[in-house]
Amino acid sequence: MTNKLEAERPLSPHLQIYRPMLTMMMSIAHRITGASLAVGFALLTWWLVAISIGPEAYATVDGFFGSLIGRLLLFLFTWALMLHMLGGIRHLIWDTGHALDTTSIEVAAWLTLISSMVLTVLIWVVGYALMGSH
Amino acid sequence: MATPLKRVRGLGAAHRGTETFWRQRVTAIANIPLVIFLVLSIVGHIGADYGQVKAYIANPIVAVLMLALIVSAAIHMRIGLREIIEDYVHGEGCKVAALVATTFFAGLIAIACTLAILKISLGS
Repeated sequence: MTNKLEAERPLSPHLQIYRPMLTMMMSIAHRITGASLAVGFALLTWWLVAISIGPEAYATVDGFFGSLIGRLLLFLFTWALMLHMLGGIRHLIWDTGHALDTTSIEVAAWLTLISSMVLTVLIWVVGYALMGSH
Repeated sequence: MATPLKRVRGLGAAHRGTETFWRQRVTAIANIPLVIFLVLSIVGHIGADYGQVKAYIANPIVAVLMLALIVSAAIHMRIGLREIIEDYVHGEGCKVAALVATTFFAGLIAIACTLAILKISLGS
């Protein structure tokens, strides 16, 4: 049933009329990474269940993650995880009422983006360095 | 007279009040150290064989932290996915179906991971 009050209320302009801004993109990225991490969680489940089943099942998962597509997926999930985690920390700070002025928001957006890339590369560099240590 | 004002009184449009908001923050805080732990665990075991990985997860401290991550992340994921669906899926039927599917997905993943970790740490 249409509510008369709602129907007559002016609508806000749609997303397309705005110039894309970093803070806006980071907000969208937070949602996209969050949703994609659900797929990452399913892969983690596959990994854990395979370990619980036995060596053959584990070899299949290990083979997939070791493949080029597997590595690419894991690299993207690493980045998504870092971006979502750092973006989440930013949100937790905002929840306290701090750093909400325009300068802080812009700085935080850049910090989140750059730190997520640095951390992702760092994780993979350390990962490859430790690869032969077992 | 019934106006939209009735929706902002009491528990709001979602009928859940601030409970979901708060739970999303608590699980977010828990997820930070637990995710760092997971990443370190995986990075530390690249190239390790099956026995080494299994023994690592079977360690009680590792198993407890993994279980904590699974529970916290599953709750966090369910809230987040529901929020996306509530924002973008407008048909009532589709929305309810997607929300139910989200709960099933989060529940199944949490149960599967939990059983796997218990089997690894308690089984032979």
